[in-house]
Amino acid sequence: MHFRDNIDYPPMLTRPTVFVPLLTAIFGGLWWFQAGNSAIGRLVLGMAPWAEGNPLNLLTAAFVTVLVGFNIFVVMRLPLRQQVWLVWGELAALILLFFYSFDLSFAFIQRKIGFLITQGLVTTLYISAVSIAIATVLALMGAVAKLSSNGIAQGIAHFYTSLFRGLPLLMQIYMIYLGLPQLGYVVDAVPTGIAALSLCYGAYMTEIFRAGIESIPKGQWEAARALGMRPTSVMTRIILPQSMRVIIPPTGNQFISMLKDSSLVSVVGVWELMYLARTQGQTEFRHIEMMVTASLIYWLMSIVLELAQKRIETHFNKAATR
Amino acid sequence: MTFAKAPAAETAAPTIEITGLNKWYGSLQVLHDINLTIAQGERLVICGPSGSGKSTLIRTINALEGFQNGQIKVAGITLNRDQQVVEDIRRKVGMVFQQFNLFPHLTVLENCALPLRLVRGLSAAEARDRAMHYLSKVRIPEQALKYPAQLSGGQQQRVAIARAVAMQPEVMLFDEPTSALDPEMVKEVLDVMVTLAEEGMTMAVVTHEMGFARQVADRVIFMDAGRIVEQGPPSTFFTAPKSERTKAFLQQVLH
Ligand SMILES: Nc1ncnc2c1ncn2[C@@H]1O[C@H](COP(=O)(O)OP(=O)(O)OP(=O)(O)O)[C@@H](O)[C@H]1O
Ligand SMILES: [Mg+2]
Repeated sequence: MHFRDNIDYPPMLTRPTVFVPLLTAIFGGLWWFQAGNSAIGRLVLGMAPWAEGNPLNLLTAAFVTVLVGFNIFVVMRLPLRQQVWLVWGELAALILLFFYSFDLSFAFIQRKIGFLITQGLVTTLYISAVSIAIATVLALMGAVAKLSSNGIAQGIAHFYTSLFRGLPLLMQIYMIYLGLPQLGYVVDAVPTGIAALSLCYGAYMTEIFRAGIESIPKGQWEAARALGMRPTSVMTRIILPQSMRVIIPPTGNQFISMLKDSSLVSVVGVWELMYLARTQGQTEFRHIEMMVTASLIYWLMSIVLELAQKRIETHFNKAATR
Repeated sequence: MTFAKAPAAETAAPTIEITGLNKWYGSLQVLHDINLTIAQGERLVICGPSGSGKSTLIRTINALEGFQNGQIKVAGITLNRDQQVVEDIRRKVGMVFQQFNLFPHLTVLENCALPLRLVRGLSAAEARDRAMHYLSKVRIPEQALKYPAQLSGGQQQRVAIARAVAMQPEVMLFDEPTSALDPEMVKEVLDVMVTLAEEGMTMAVVTHEMGFARQVADRVIFMDAGRIVEQGPPSTFFTAPKSERTKAFLQQVLH
């Protein structure tokens, strides 16, 4: 809870005016959409083989509704943190169940997953990590340039953000890969991917950094300068550490988004995760297996970044949260 | 409780010398031909109605504001727009703001110690010791490890004073240091400023605290519409103001 007001509201879901209509809606919805035909319906049929047609729909809807009701009953009795984690876990289990219902060949996944990780994941991580580092440096330079009194620097920075935020990332990859050779520079696929991702994300992050720096009241700059501190020290010791609070959440978004946008460099034939997921499935017509595996790997990487972001946020919030 | 006296040069030259200062914001002239000298060790109080240019005036002294014509000399250095000159002057001038402007991401101790390390080149241990020394002077050594947001306004302003004075400047500028404070906290800040004055610090204080002016000031200046309208020692300034505008202003702030 971010804003506490020290009032005990009766939790929404314990009020009959809320949970009765809610459960009724779930029951009605499931019945209407003929839940009996679904995977859960087949499960219910196993328990009650006599049911069929409409009775099966009704039975399935009732089964799910009772399950949901019982779940809410249990969850509401737990402390807040456990509620959050339990609900998260249940939803994750549902998604996994959804994947499981595809009738996947786990033998095939087992055979391919090693290569997917050692070649695909490693390439994806390598490209993303290098691009993230370069993009951060570009963004810092871009933001400082935009806030400077140097007309040339400002002009370059404004043009840079305009161009690289304005062109589709895919286009940038092609332009570097196919365009630069026209000037006599042949660029390999991986450096192409890194260059395009760095430039594009650097442009977005320039704006994040600029807004973060501008969010610091000018009294901070004045106080530090009046103490005799040099502009660079004021920036690195006073302004930037404070703007981190504002900068980090959207930057975390950018990092997670870059992780997945790195799949675009597969168009120039880089053997990263997405490329392998598409090609490895082809030979045996096992596309779904590879897609599901790759999806889960992407998701796991995002979760790691999410956790890292949370830690960094806590660090920079130290002074603000008493 | 004593403040170490600033190591001022043994000259009779005034600490601050302002001649023929004019400043405009666009077409609005906010300072009109200001002439003002502040002698070493002098305690000057500047008062005047809102918008009369008090902040602008003291902020030109350490180049937080620019100006169009006139001359400002601080401790013998003539202010211009050269980075080295400006930084030299800022090292001789301490400033305290109405809004405190503490660094919220640093503890109280770090607020005072960081500038000492970066600007004065002290080692971490020296900076820490000196910062603690000055925090004791403003009577809050026990808050050293807290963050500014955990302190009351009066405590924050005292930290801001300690931070500025720890740099051992030759002159201290105060821009309405108690205006953002609740009445019961004003006194604790003024007490610290009185002690500082008794220690012989050269001070220019923009304030409406006329009690402080009576007790501490060598000279009171009244500004209106960008001009110095009247000045004199508190004894005559408060009892026998000459101009009508001064009288009207004093009537307002003294009641
Ligand atoms: N950045 C600015 N741009 C334009 N005009 C300004 C700016 N800063 C101040 N002024 C104007 O300059 C004049 C003097 O302002 P200043 O802040 O010095 O007054 P002050 O005497 O300190 O008033 P107060 O008691 O309210 O602090 C005012 O008319 C104000 O509107
Ligand atoms: Mg002011």
